[in-house]
Amino acid sequence: MTTSENNGIEVRGLVKQFKKGPKAVDGIDLDVAPGEIYGFLGPNGAGKSTTVNMLVTLLPITAGRATVAGWDVATQGADVRKAIGAALQAVALDNFLTGREHLRLIASLQGITGSRADARATDLLHRVGLEEAADRKVGGYSGGMKRRLDLALALVHEPRVLFLDEPTTGLDPQSRTALWEEVRRLAREDGVTVFLTTQYLEEADVLADRVGIIDRGVIVAEGTPAELKAEIGAPTVEVVPTSDSDRAALPAVLAQFGECLAAAQPGAVAVRLRGGSDRASLVTIVRAIDDGGLKIDEIRQHEPTLDDVFLAKTGRSLEGAGDDEATEGAPGAPGSGSASAATADDRDAEPVA
Amino acid sequence: MSTTFRAARAIAWRHLYKWISVPANFMPTFIFPLIFFTGFAGALGRVGEIPGFDYPANYTTWIFVFSLLQTCLFGGLATGFTIAGDFQSGFARRLMLAVADRNAILYGYMLSTFLRAALMSGIVTGVAFIAGLEMLGSVGEIVGMYLLSLSLSLIGTMWAAGVMFRARDPQLGPAMQIPMFIAIFLAPVYVPLALLSGWLHAVARVNPVSHIMGAGRGLLVGQPDDIGLALVSVAVLFALLAVWAITGVRSAERAGG
Amino acid sequence: MTSATATAPAPQGVVNPHAVGTSLPHQVLLLARRSIRGALSSPAGYMPGIVMPLMLLTINSSAMQRSTSIPGFPADRFLDFIIVITFMQAALFATSSAGLGLVRDIESGFLDRLALTPMRAGALVVAQISGAIVIAMGASLLYVTIGLVTGVDFHAGFLGVLALLGLAAWTALAFATIGAWIALRSGESEALQGIFPLLFASLFLSTLNMPRELIQADWFAAITRVNPVSYMIDGMRSLIITGWVPRMLLEDVLVLVVITAIGVSGCARALRRRMAKA
Ligand SMILES: Nc1ncnc2c1ncn2[C@@H]1O[C@H](COP(=O)(O)OP(=O)(O)OP(=O)(O)O)[C@@H](O)[C@H]1O
Ligand SMILES: [Mg+2]
Repeated sequence: MTTSENNGIEVRGLVKQFKKGPKAVDGIDLDVAPGEIYGFLGPNGAGKSTTVNMLVTLLPITAGRATVAGWDVATQGADVRKAIGAALQAVALDNFLTGREHLRLIASLQGITGSRADARATDLLHRVGLEEAADRKVGGYSGGMKRRLDLALALVHEPRVLFLDEPTTGLDPQSRTALWEEVRRLAREDGVTVFLTTQYLEEADVLADRVGIIDRGVIVAEGTPAELKAEIGAPTVEVVPTSDSDRAALPAVLAQFGECLAAAQPGAVAVRLRGGSDRASLVTIVRAIDDGGLKIDEIRQHEPTLDDVFLAKTGRSLEGAGDDEATEGAPGAPGSGSASAATADDRDAEPVA
Repeated sequence: MSTTFRAARAIAWRHLYKWISVPANFMPTFIFPLIFFTGFAGALGRVGEIPGFDYPANYTTWIFVFSLLQTCLFGGLATGFTIAGDFQSGFARRLMLAVADRNAILYGYMLSTFLRAALMSGIVTGVAFIAGLEMLGSVGEIVGMYLLSLSLSLIGTMWAAGVMFRARDPQLGPAMQIPMFIAIFLAPVYVPLALLSGWLHAVARVNPVSHIMGAGRGLLVGQPDDIGLALVSVAVLFALLAVWAITGVRSAERAGG
Repeated sequence: MTSATATAPAPQGVVNPHAVGTSLPHQVLLLARRSIRGALSSPAGYMPGIVMPLMLLTINSSAMQRSTSIPGFPADRFLDFIIVITFMQAALFATSSAGLGLVRDIESGFLDRLALTPMRAGALVVAQISGAIVIAMGASLLYVTIGLVTGVDFHAGFLGVLALLGLAAWTALAFATIGAWIALRSGESEALQGIFPLLFASLFLSTLNMPRELIQADWFAAITRVNPVSYMIDGMRSLIITGWVPRMLLEDVLVLVVITAIGVSGCARALRRRMAKA
């Protein structure tokens, strides 16, 4: 039972229907391997926290099945809780206790007492950088300090699976980097499985082994960051022509390298490069433009990001407004094909089921 | 089972610690029982002289039992506010995550409230002795009286916990307090049942709190009377409110803390 | 007590503090209306304050009826004797509504903002206190009506009822100034809640439940003698159960003058200090 084989998360057809609310999670499937860092990415209200709350046994599930560390969240809640640690989106602290008192309390709730609890508290306070504030009441902590203490509380009993719901929101850059380091260390050295939600693409990109993108309760894409980016294809190249007449002629020249799209930059022409072995390099493209007798001011290659993945899968941008033009280009992105079509079918089918 | 007990003990420790270290928690539970006792014992001495008021000890002794019951019962209500506060601050989620068996949270609060009530009973007793309390019963009878009154602290806690695990909002405090206020004041608080008349007499006669209060008063002066009825009242209240409190914990679980 | 904490945002939109050109009384009127609306906006905050005293009144007037047979008891019905408690409760409620209203305005920064406008901060304090008194008066009128309906015989007659309402209003004023003072001094609802045990004690360790002549315990009689609340109770109660007793009314008025003076000067000092800091 304590073998690392059993530290994973397995979710099948998980649904959460709030009584007076939306179907926040609409039939998701997930597999997180032991020791893996899984990034759960999605916009506000996508259902990230609802999923986490179900997996940590705070919310009952409406339908489907989920096991965490080998235990069923619906029927073996107590065992799940013994195996996991969680830092939720809203910190769960008592303003009238100090940081150290929090750690000692949670330790004794988990059955760790005496000098072992003291040592554990001191170690964790050091790890999250709260030694100096340890004996002050939490009511006087800053938002970031509270978040760090909350994380320490999640680690008290050395959980095998760790759930972090937007752990870096409200942290300054140093604390964020330190937390990333800590999460990596936990996964690599201690073999802890980490399920982490975030709204930061960068965070998912650098930290997660695998990423799941959720939108309106449905997982629209899943894979390693590299796979996901590869799936939507090669980079785009944006070219800003010098004159209007050249702009009219440009698409014809660029079409040989891939498919033309509306560009994010005003006045530019963009092309999504064809993938595979015959992918063109910037030099090739510049040469072709030159051969065509066209003059350009600027040429820029744009590597795909997870935002592009999200855009391709949902037709909307993850990082909020300001990307409206790019959104228009989305319908022309054919690469999204199979995966999103399948989930769209699921979505239609689900309400009937 | 032992992990549940350990968790309950930790919850209880935190509750007692918070009670002592936060004045806003400490003051009401510490001061109000003393105010009530002093006010009634001091002002109403003459009530003991009303024709038909036959109690072997003085009025201070008579009202002392009421004060003990009130101290214990209302101590449970104060715990209800602590529980609601946990839900409001979000700390309840941390507790729900940290304990394997969520009933441990309820057991912990029952334990701490019981200990607090025992302490407060001791303090009220001390003040009562200064005010002229007469203990006429045997040691066994006195112990019985304290156990009877302390059982109300568990009953009060289970009631309050049942309400607040469901409501999870201190604003609903009155909905929790008013029924218990009514329950204890619809008993023969100031004068014996025989001296009550009309609707109050009718209600007080069937109020289980009346039986507990009456038995406590009898034990205190060494005239145990109707102890059986009191024990049945405690048992029935205990059983009903245990169900109420445990289903309350389940309701909080369903709501997701 | 825990019910009306300062979580709800103050309804600031009701009054535009930049409404230049309004006279001071008009400002107070505007702000008082706002404070009344604020206090009445959450029934969970004030309903228990009305319901609980009535409930206890109903129960205790029946439970204690037999004590009227104590020789020398000044009333035939215990209800007539104890109904004064409702006016005291209304006054205690004024302490909390004036105090909590001000705490909210301090926490939200409304008081400081007012100080930067032609409206004076003092107007807000006066308004919060007036609002609290208006609410207490509403409650007192309700209680008098209930008294009349249930057959309480107001011995001092119609003028006596008016005098009773006047005293009740003044009692509310006296307590409200104390609540406002504490609010201005501390700016925290915790401090305000901290004085409730004290107010409760002053109510219960008084002549509330028994006239002083019939209190057996000397130590308790001594407490009631130094407790100013006894005089407030005795003054108002005399109008109900006895008639016009000049000495009791005079003592009551004297106590009210002193407490009001303490409260008002305390408010003025605390407000000055707060404004100097801002
Ligand atoms: N207790 C609740 N009752 C009713 N609806 C809820 C409840 N909690 C969440 N929801 C709804 O469920 C949906 C998903 O919410 P959830 O908190 O899971 O989103 P999220 O992805 O975590 O968003 P965010 O990035 O803002 O944290 C939202 O539409 C939300 O309004
Ligand atoms: Mg969330």
